[in-house]
Amino acid sequence: MKKTVDDAPGAGAAADTLKAEAPDGPDTPLLQVDDLHVEFKTRDGVARAVNGVSYSVDAGETLAVLGESGSGKSVTAQAIMGILDTPPGRIAGGRVLYRGEDLLTMGEEQRRSIRGRKISMIFQDALSALNPVFSVGWQLGEVFRVHQGMSKKDAKAKAVELMERVRIPAARERVNDYPHQFSGGMRQRIMIAMALALEPDLIIADEPTTALDVTVQAQIMDLLAELQREYRMGLILITHDLGVVADVADKIAVMYAGRIVETAPVHELYKNPAHPYTKGLLQSIPRLDQKGQELYAIKGLPPSLLRIPSGCAFNPRCPRAQEVCTTELPVLQPVTDADGADLPGRRSACHFWKETVRG
Amino acid sequence: MGRYVVRRLGQMVVVLLGATMILFACLFVIPGDPVGSLAGSDKARDPAVIAQLHQRYGLDDPLAVQYGNYIKRLVQGDMGEDFTQRRPVSEILAPKLVNTAKLAVVAIVFDMVIGMLVGVVAALRRYSLLDTVVTLATTIVVGFPTFVIGMLLLNTFAVQLKWVPVIGDPGDPKQIILPALTLALVDAALVARLTRGTMLEILRADYVKTAVAKGVPRRQVLLKHVLRNSVIPVITYIGISFGTLLGGALITEVIFNWDGVGMAMNTAVQQQNNPIIIGVATWGVLIFVLLNLLVDLLYAVLDPRIRLG
Repeated sequence: MKKTVDDAPGAGAAADTLKAEAPDGPDTPLLQVDDLHVEFKTRDGVARAVNGVSYSVDAGETLAVLGESGSGKSVTAQAIMGILDTPPGRIAGGRVLYRGEDLLTMGEEQRRSIRGRKISMIFQDALSALNPVFSVGWQLGEVFRVHQGMSKKDAKAKAVELMERVRIPAARERVNDYPHQFSGGMRQRIMIAMALALEPDLIIADEPTTALDVTVQAQIMDLLAELQREYRMGLILITHDLGVVADVADKIAVMYAGRIVETAPVHELYKNPAHPYTKGLLQSIPRLDQKGQELYAIKGLPPSLLRIPSGCAFNPRCPRAQEVCTTELPVLQPVTDADGADLPGRRSACHFWKETVRG
Repeated sequence: MGRYVVRRLGQMVVVLLGATMILFACLFVIPGDPVGSLAGSDKARDPAVIAQLHQRYGLDDPLAVQYGNYIKRLVQGDMGEDFTQRRPVSEILAPKLVNTAKLAVVAIVFDMVIGMLVGVVAALRRYSLLDTVVTLATTIVVGFPTFVIGMLLLNTFAVQLKWVPVIGDPGDPKQIILPALTLALVDAALVARLTRGTMLEILRADYVKTAVAKGVPRRQVLLKHVLRNSVIPVITYIGISFGTLLGGALITEVIFNWDGVGMAMNTAVQQQNNPIIIGVATWGVLIFVLLNLLVDLLYAVLDPRIRLG
């Protein structure tokens, strides 16, 4: 809350109403992840998959979480949904606030009623994410049966509606078909329909197009973006594909070894990255005007989560690394312009962000 | 589907021919004269009687002719006449088949109920003390031969605890518990391990995560999404294990004095009563193949990805 009560009386009343609306006031983000830590017990020790991730999404907003596999982007999403494999996984700290309420401390039944109804998820590979032995109509209808106690018949009718909504041809005839009888793109549409069924506030899409052909990828992203606009949902788009992000995201969080290393509004990130890792990612996109030249690649490999390098986790691969990078963990700090004014939404966890952004 | 069933039934004929042929050849090379004991004791054996008996059963014909005659009669539903009672084999075996079927059905029910229940519980409480006990116990049980299990059960529950009579009224339904348990226990242990393994694998499946993410209550996730998928390999296994069950029936029936085909087989082998041996084997193959066909059909019903053809 920006206003204090000892302002003018009128302002005080306004502050009171704000307070009354809390935790669901206009200042409260739809979803806020706060200093989340997740670790996995393995045979070789504890793998620290998520090490203090914070981000937030508002209604109608799209946050893209970008990172290589093992960066913790999917684990964060699973922690939000409450579908981590525990054990071996464990949430070691932090909060996940949905409209100001901590999902991690709420009762299982309350949390279950939020899952699939208020927050839903789209998975990467629809073939394995759909149950092979039930018809798609049954699986779509299950959302209505579970959350609204709808009858089988009504739920199936709803399923047909949903399939039409995501433009699956001949929905009425295909409602009793099984997942393996659909093409990859159609299956992903069914996943989207399932996530959308109860018009949730927030959808988490974990690499929704990775398993699809390039031509189908664009259709699925367009469909997702269109439905998001229509229902004014928040969207967390998890991806490693910078191409997918550019058109649909509002802001980006780049993750590396379980931490956010840079956040920025989407176009600023592309124009002028403030972290050497982001810069490396952008440079490694193949470009037509560089045809014939060798493709840029970030040297080295992502670190093992069992042995994350001290200091900045990226230091062994970083072209800018100095002594300080191996000893001191850089915090996520505001990125400013040349005059020292904060650039809205821009943060970088690099000791040398100034040099990176300006040089 | 119809064509598939017809083709499978065709295959069954081939399997039946192959199995009986091998059995015929085996019995042919076994030393000793099958009708020897029929003709009286060793000393008083009259060569004329033996010759007459040999002619009556066609035992002097070459193997191929004997086999051909057997198949010719079998097609007409005639399984021949046995050596000791001189009654039709099918007439002798019919009531015994019913008895063995009773035992087998109860055993399979035990097998599935015990095996799946234990497996599911162990999977849901993975790495708990209970799970460790189950893993250990199933390993031990699998290592025990049927006759040891049978005698242990008989000694414990009939002799020591006197819960059931050692030899009781055959009409008493309690009588079936111990032999059925003996027959089922090894398979139940295997089913338990199979169920546990499948279940653990399926609990990690993406579609289970999807169901949880949809807000489906845990109970329903387990009962619908997990169990339905876990049951598929178990059903297949139980179909295949029916062969072992028939083998186990021989020993179990002898231990518990259960008047089924296993016991008939045991007696027939001792008396070299070849028509009965072949009769039991023929029935065994027939039932085994039919059951496997049934399992395959069931498999297609349970898993829509399987199309028979």
